[in-house]
Order: sequence, then C-alpha cells, then structure tokens
Amino acid sequence: MTAANALKTAAPTSTFDVERYRADFPILANVHPHGKPLIYLDNGASSQMPQQVIDRLVRYQTHEHANIHRGVHTLSETATRAYEHARKQVQHFLNAKEDREIVFTSNVTDSINLVAHGFGRAFVGEGDEVIITHLEHHANIVPWQMLCEEKGAKLKVVPIDDSGALILEAYEKLFSPRTKLVSVTHVSNALGTINPVKEMIEIAHRHGVPIMIDGAQAVQHMPVDVQALDCDFYAFTGHKVFGPTGIGVLYGKAEWLNKMKPFRGGGDMILSVTFEKTTYNAIPFKFEAGTPPIAQAIALGEAVEYVQRIGLDRIAAHEHDLLTYATERLQAIDGVRIYGTAQQKAAVVSFYVNDVHPHDVGTLLNEEGVAVRTGHHCAQPVMQRFGIPATARASFAFYNKFEEVDALAAAIRKVQKLFA
Amino acid sequence: MTDAKQLYQEVILDHNRKPRNYGKLADATHRSEGLNPLCGDHIWLNLKVSGDLIESVAFEGQSCAICKASASMMTANVKGKSIAAVEQLVEEFRGMATGTLDVANEPNHLGRLTVFAGVKDLPSRVKCAVLPWHTLHAAVQSQSVVSTEGDNDPVAQSA
Repeated sequence: MTAANALKTAAPTSTFDVERYRADFPILANVHPHGKPLIYLDNGASSQMPQQVIDRLVRYQTHEHANIHRGVHTLSETATRAYEHARKQVQHFLNAKEDREIVFTSNVTDSINLVAHGFGRAFVGEGDEVIITHLEHHANIVPWQMLCEEKGAKLKVVPIDDSGALILEAYEKLFSPRTKLVSVTHVSNALGTINPVKEMIEIAHRHGVPIMIDGAQAVQHMPVDVQALDCDFYAFTGHKVFGPTGIGVLYGKAEWLNKMKPFRGGGDMILSVTFEKTTYNAIPFKFEAGTPPIAQAIALGEAVEYVQRIGLDRIAAHEHDLLTYATERLQAIDGVRIYGTAQQKAAVVSFYVNDVHPHDVGTLLNEEGVAVRTGHHCAQPVMQRFGIPATARASFAFYNKFEEVDALAAAIRKVQKLFA
Repeated sequence: MTDAKQLYQEVILDHNRKPRNYGKLADATHRSEGLNPLCGDHIWLNLKVSGDLIESVAFEGQSCAICKASASMMTANVKGKSIAAVEQLVEEFRGMATGTLDVANEPNHLGRLTVFAGVKDLPSRVKCAVLPWHTLHAAVQSQSVVSTEGDNDPVAQSA
C-alpha cells in the first residue's frame, strides 16, 4: 500500500464518544466468540439491547405486570398506563400527529400483513395494481403477492440500476388509474441503499395513491418524521432499534386506519359482541386483538427514547463515517467486491470475496470474533439482479468503532490467505 | 469444539480447489438436483447405475467449500459400490454430521470422510455437508429434486 493510500484509509477522527455508549451494552463486553472480543456487525439482522432497556423490562416484570385495558385493580392500571405511555413514546419518535395512529404489532412482517389485509381486502380488487420495488425484503413482497393472487390484482416492480439505486423515472411510469397502493422499503437490508422516499411519496400522492414505507432498516440509522414525509403507512420493528423481539409498529394516518378492515379478530379489538353482530373498537385497538406483547412494547418505548437521547443526527453522522471507512478499507483489498454502491447508503456493506462462498467467509470471520450475516438476506430478487447466490454483509450500529472495521478487513485477508 | 480453520485446512480446501468427478455424465441413468434454499447451495448429481452397482457418478453446481468438498469426496467414495452400501453410507454420514454417530468410537464405513466430523460443531453448516448425500439418496431413489428443508431437514431429523 502506498503512503497516500495509507493516509486515505486512516480512521477518521470523530467527536462521537463511542466508548461511552458501548458501556451501555453489556453483551459487547460479555461475549467472546472463540476467545476473541465480539465484533458485532450483524445489526441489520438484530441489534443489541442497552442496559437501560433491559432494566425497563425487569422493572416492568418485577413491579408492574398485569393484563391491560380490563382490570380495575392497581396493577392492571399501572400496566395499562405504561403500555399507553410507550405508544406516546413511539408517536414522538416518529413525530406522528396522534398516538392513536400508532398500532403495536409483532414485527414489520406483521405490520405489512396488517396493511395487506386491512387495506388490501377493503380497497384492492380484480385488475388493480400494487407497486413495490426490486430492493424489497421478502416481507414486503410475499404479502402483496398473496393479496394479488387472491384478488386477481397485479404486482408491479420498480427496477434498480447497477449501483442498487431505484430508477425513479421508471417508478413514475408504473402508475396507472388502477394503482391502489405503493409499498417500498426506506433502506435496503441487502445493499444499504437509502431510497428517495420523500420524492416517491410525492409522486404517489400526485397520482392519488397511498404509500407504505418499510422502515425496518431506517429508524435506527436516521431521524424519521412521518408528518414531514407525509407517508400513509410506516412500519418498523423493535429488535432492530435496540429493543426486544416480538414487538413491531405500524404507523397509519388515522383517516386510513379508520377506513380499513380489522386484521385479526378477538378480544380487545371489539366494543360489543353478540352472535348477530360485533362492533369494532376504535383505532388503534381495532388492530390489536388479544393480549399484546406488553413488556416488549414498554421496553420499545424506552429504546426509542434511548436513541433520541443520543440523537439520531449524531448517530447518522457517526455511521456515515463508519460506512465511508469500511468502504475504503474493503475496496483496498484485492478480490473483494462491494455490492450496493448507491450515492445514498446506510451503514451496510454487502461484499463478495472472490472464489470463496459467503458461507465459508462467515464461518471463518466468526473464528476471529467477527459476526456478519451471510446468505441472500431474504432478498433473493436483489441477489438475482446481481447474478450472485449470496453475499456477506457487515451492518453497523452507532456502537461500532473504526477499530472493528480494521478487524473485519484483517479477518477477510486471513480468509483469502486460507483459500489462496 | 472443532476449530473451523482446522476443518477447512485438511482435505476440504483441496477438494474445493480441485473437485473430483466434476461435470456431467452423458450416459447417466439417474439424475438428481439438490438445493439448500437458505444459502443457495445448488448441485446436480448424475449417476450411472448398472444392476445393483454405481458404475460412475459426477456432480456440478454452485456451492460453498464444505458442500463442494463433500460432494467431491462422496463421488470418489461411492464409485463401484452397491446401492445398499451407498445407502448405508448416506445414513452414517448424516449421523456423523448431526452428531448422532460418534465416528471415533462407533463402527462405521466412512473412512476418510470422517474429516467432516467437525461440522457437527458448526450447526449452521451441517446442511452444507449433508446436501450431496441427500441428493445421492434421492438419485438412487429416483427422486429428481431434493431440498435441505422440510422432510429432508437433517437438523430437524436429528432433533
């Protein structure tokens, strides 16, 4: 490596005090795969939980747990208050206009299925069209395929270019008088591309079409304001934003949620039930049948406050530095190719090491303590677009540091040496 | 706990670089396709069976090093064996990979194939090693396509 190159790939200096935040995450210090320090670069699959969120879960279970929305006793009232407070925390996190626009689900897959059923069953008919993109996770493909198959509707797909960016001109051309809904990911899980959702929402609305945004890979990386975006639906999941598994969110404009059909039937989603007729509860309860994941919702409320205390602008800036550094370091290795080179990217680096299958890369990186995801990332159409079966993916969080990028690069070189 | 690098360093990297019996068989009597949808391993197996004997065998496809080396060593091993003997090997290989057969202490016919014993400590890679053997089993049973998921899931079967 030349001196100029070495200079170029030196870790940037940063004012972001990463060690201070790392101290909040006990798992980062507690786990030593193969005796090595854990270098956790699989945040796109699931992020780790800070002590503050763990403590909130424990406090709820040790002092506050009962079923919600029904008991007249103290504990039930405490639990109900905490659960509804979490809804307000999420409302604030997304800057939704009203807390009743926040529906608790179990994950993004569940949120999308809710819209596919609640909106799709009510408003999509034979010959109608739904628009998605080539970048979608299977969770934002399969529910729409199922809906289209059931209704005799048609799925249209926005293409991507060689950098993994959506082709906006092609998107606009997909609209027809039969277009009933657009559903698009905010950030690609497989490539990291940040989609121009603001423009896409404006274009959809110009055609009078509502639009759903899958924010599974977005809300942990950047500020999201659903009123500024003016999207009709927005979904995210708890365990990718430093909260627990089993809890997801669907934001929906009240006017749409009111017009939609319930998804699941059961307790809590009704006002009255006779064998002749059931009257449904108001939103958001209409969509929350059965006992919800109460503890998880409350912990999610703590998690979104936690990231807001750090500041999503500061998180985005630190992660941008990580992305730039990781991209330079990996590009400097002969035989490593990065997939996903769009101008706007979140801190996700999907890569392929020449002549080594990504699964072998993943197993051998693990030997060095480096956790990455390998496979098709539940986005097989993206892999097909680039003609590869799989990639290895390093996905960063704000608690990752530049030294971990160095460790990743060194571990990749070791893999190459073994396979040479 | 097996060191994964140990597993790779032995015979496996050699077979990955220079797979034996790689390609098609013009006069194949049995063909089968094996697919691991989780990681994208995808192989095709051609057999020429004469009477009760596997006369020749070849494989091709796209896969990780563990799968490719497993397929390569398998083809070298089963050539000239009877179908009954091969079915016995399929069972033993699956037992070794999933940890139900202790190859160091229990009788078996695996020979050099025991270099794969370490995959039992890499649960996410068991299917990579077993896929060629499933595909071989399917070929002799005259099934055309097998997957590592569903009924053929080696991990589920051992659970």
